[in-house]
Amino acid sequence: MSTQRQQPETETESTETETAQDRRLEKKRQRAAERERARVEAEERAAADAERYHLKVFRYDPEVEGKQEPRFDDFHVPYEPGMTVLDALIYARDQFDASLTFRHSCRQAICGSDALFVNGSQRLGCQTQLSDLDQPVRIEPLPHSEVVKDLVVDMEHFYDQMEAVEPYFQTENRPEGELEEQRQSRENREKIKKSTRCIWCGACMSSCNIAAGDNEYLGPAAINKAYRFAMDEREGENVKQRRLEIIEQEHGVWRCQTQFSCTEVCPKDIPLTEHIQELKREAVKSNLKFW
Amino acid sequence: MHEYDVIVVGAGGAGLRAAIAAQEAGADVAMVTKLHPVRSHTGAAEGGINAALREGDDWELHAYDTMKGSDYLADAPAAEALTQESPKEAIQLEHWGMAFSREDDGTVSQRPFGGLSFPRTTYAGAETGHHLLHTLYEQVVKRGIEVFDEWYVLNLAVSDEDDPADRRCHGVVAYETATGNVDAFTARDGVILATGGLGQVYDHTTNAVANTGDGVAMAYRAGVPAEDMEMIQFHPTTLPSTGVLISEGVRGEGGILYNDDGERFMFENGYANNDGELASRDVVSRAELTEVNEGRGIEDEYVHLDMRHLGEERIVDRLENILHLAEDFEGVDGLEEPMPVKPGQHYAMGGIETDEYGQTCVDGLYAVGECACASVHGANRLGGNALPELTVFGKRAGTHAAGGDTEEPRVTVGWTDDSEDGDVDSPVTLGEPWTTEAVADGGAAAKTGEAVVERTLERERERVERLLERDEGTQHAEIRASVQHTMTKNVNVFREEDALKEALVDIRAARERYRDVYVADPSSTYNTDLIQTIETRNLLDIAEVITMGALAREEFRGAHWRKKHQERKDDEWLKHTMVSWSDGAPELWYKPVVLEGQNQTYEPKERSY
Ligand SMILES: Cc1cc2nc3c(=O)[nH]c(=O)nc-3n(C[C@H](O)[C@H](O)[C@H](O)COP(=O)(O)OP(=O)(O)OC[C@H]3O[C@@H](n4cnc5c(N)ncnc54)[C@H](O)[C@@H]3O)c2cc1C
Ligand code: SF4
Ligand code: FES
Repeated sequence: MSTQRQQPETETESTETETAQDRRLEKKRQRAAERERARVEAEERAAADAERYHLKVFRYDPEVEGKQEPRFDDFHVPYEPGMTVLDALIYARDQFDASLTFRHSCRQAICGSDALFVNGSQRLGCQTQLSDLDQPVRIEPLPHSEVVKDLVVDMEHFYDQMEAVEPYFQTENRPEGELEEQRQSRENREKIKKSTRCIWCGACMSSCNIAAGDNEYLGPAAINKAYRFAMDEREGENVKQRRLEIIEQEHGVWRCQTQFSCTEVCPKDIPLTEHIQELKREAVKSNLKFW
Repeated sequence: MHEYDVIVVGAGGAGLRAAIAAQEAGADVAMVTKLHPVRSHTGAAEGGINAALREGDDWELHAYDTMKGSDYLADAPAAEALTQESPKEAIQLEHWGMAFSREDDGTVSQRPFGGLSFPRTTYAGAETGHHLLHTLYEQVVKRGIEVFDEWYVLNLAVSDEDDPADRRCHGVVAYETATGNVDAFTARDGVILATGGLGQVYDHTTNAVANTGDGVAMAYRAGVPAEDMEMIQFHPTTLPSTGVLISEGVRGEGGILYNDDGERFMFENGYANNDGELASRDVVSRAELTEVNEGRGIEDEYVHLDMRHLGEERIVDRLENILHLAEDFEGVDGLEEPMPVKPGQHYAMGGIETDEYGQTCVDGLYAVGECACASVHGANRLGGNALPELTVFGKRAGTHAAGGDTEEPRVTVGWTDDSEDGDVDSPVTLGEPWTTEAVADGGAAAKTGEAVVERTLERERERVERLLERDEGTQHAEIRASVQHTMTKNVNVFREEDALKEALVDIRAARERYRDVYVADPSSTYNTDLIQTIETRNLLDIAEVITMGALAREEFRGAHWRKKHQERKDDEWLKHTMVSWSDGAPELWYKPVVLEGQNQTYEPKERSY
């Protein structure tokens, strides 16, 4: 596995500095508690403004007193036409509480980092208009993953599953010339097009009951990644066979019970369930074994 | 402490390509990146990647277009390297499986783009960057290259000789976002910066929130000159409410711009009588804003981009992503209505000064991609020329850093006999030293590489601790907003002396306030407040350099328009703006542009489209 979160070696610092540091941090935490009270007061004033949108945001921090027990905080943000859930979170963070933590970057539904659980379903914060939601807007981290802090979840398991399907092009007949293309028909590109749109947001995996119960299940995103390559005519039959073997293993395609929840939440409209079904059919055709 | 031959900072297109090349040349490589690789902003690129692949086209035509597009501020050896090697790199991506759009015969499709004399923009729908990023990441996974994702690089470990040209980079110090650990990464052979754009200096930008110019700021403070930073590209078609980009591919396919009077103003009002909507980006951006300023804008703010006449089939085939963007971010159905668009900050032509192998003047320090200025874009980048820059220079830098065979560079770096002093008539004292926070110095008395890294580690630990310790003051968000506001107001498409001076005053004021910055979140778990505070420091340095360069350059070249100086002054200004951080002060100087290419010299001509 190439993407590893490496633990740095433990640092040996003198105990003296550690205690001094602890004391300072302790003081800082106390101040944080004071600020928290001020924030709640400011928030109460804001709540009185009927024009504002009401957010209920999940909070948790393993380290900070008061946040070690998960809770929901209320934020009231002034609404502007076109405002998204991500805009509202940024406003809440910059104006009310700088410690409010969530991943985000592109603001245009392409980096896949702000998949959240909004009013009970998986969505990208940046792609979800506030005006489409009932108030209060409940914002939570993706279910079925460990929460690191506030809205940030641990994605390691998702990445591992993605990488388990050998997610890279393998071909038997690469052209000789370095300027010669390995041709692909328009139809074939069309066939794999939707599968190539995955942005690794993890929404599908989070919505899947099977993945929730079976930690080893490859899950919809990884199977879709396998589909992307298995259906690419340029890879050739032997590689395809090998790909089918990977996805039809015990925790592969046969686990899928066609509940369609992944397809419903995918922000890139990838027909995940359909792709999984098609791979099942391919596996049957190639006489691979059932589980 | 981690030790590798080559450390690549950043895992967008440039970083990934560099890592692959370094590994292929035999190096033990690690990537350190503040986002997971697939979250990098390269994924947002839409339109395509230029490469002279077809009969009737060749690298020389591409090089000519690039030099002309740059308004003769690009260096010919770099532009020629770009255009010579981009076909091979594009096909390399194809061989790695990239899902390019295809012609009937199965070859990859190409389309016209602004400023190109041949339709050589190779693309994958309107999501070329997404496919490029994922294809490269797949190759990194395949090769088992180590990736430290969500590690924020705080500083470079650079030795402290007086002359930057004598300094050496020995590694980097980074902060692990998940845990708050600060640790060092030693690079035996080289550090390659590939940290991407700096759009967050502005508040209306196509760039991601993570594009805070960290690499440029770190290299700059380590003594590497920042080159041509005033050359900021404004893209003519961004959505007014968010800055989300509507690809140039829309105009490439035949999309038309209209003003409020329904005029096709690019032709009707004489901005570009030959190329119209497909004139280069600076020309179209100025045209749009002129329309708005003269009262022909829609809601006094934007113009319309219409693609309805292209027909649903063609739009869905080639621009489907644009339909989603217009719908999601502006509530407009591009099949039924024209889309509102206005110029927005898009790209930094300038950056860390490098030669054509990505080397900086500091030994062992390289830069590639948008954070670098090998000087292929000069005063204006052609659409579709940034993605080949990532692959071509990513590969070159990776190979060079790993000790692979390369030729002598022809673009010089650092101060030489040809350099000349510059001056800027500035309203505030520039260069008040930043004594206590993160100066450029990697290790005052450190003699060995190991000691330099140790010392940098210690300093960065102190910096993080100090920021976390402070209990009250100003929050970064406020400082950041004030910089973004003044840059958008004063250092935008149209530039005037007074406004530029005002921006410098505001940036200085923001700098003062940064002395009091404090991080409200005490946690060492995923402390984004802390990271953003450090990013804001970087934005300050960058905003200052951009504005200084813009104030000093009294001419009109490419993206740089000055009200009182409406002509390109080749006699005086055929030179690169350089700003170095020297003893705690920005120092302005110039170096000549290299117009001599392999077989020809690119004589400056009038740029008409
Ligand atoms: C919306 C949009 C559309 C575009 N369309 C096109 C197009 O069609 N054709 C074209 O040629 N060009 C296009 N461009 C330009 C081109 O996409 C960019 O210039 C290019 O992708 C930048 O790539 P990069 O690898 O340099 O940086 P990025 O992809 O931005 O990657 C930067 C990397 O650096 C890391 N990083 C940053 N700071 C730190 C730090 N302190 N510590 C650790 N890691 C760090 C990030 O995590 C990231 O991995 C477009 C740009 C935008 C914004
Ligand atoms: S398949 Fe869709 S929902 Fe699943 S990770 Fe990819 S983009 Fe997200
Ligand atoms: S911020 Fe990138 S997907 Fe939403």
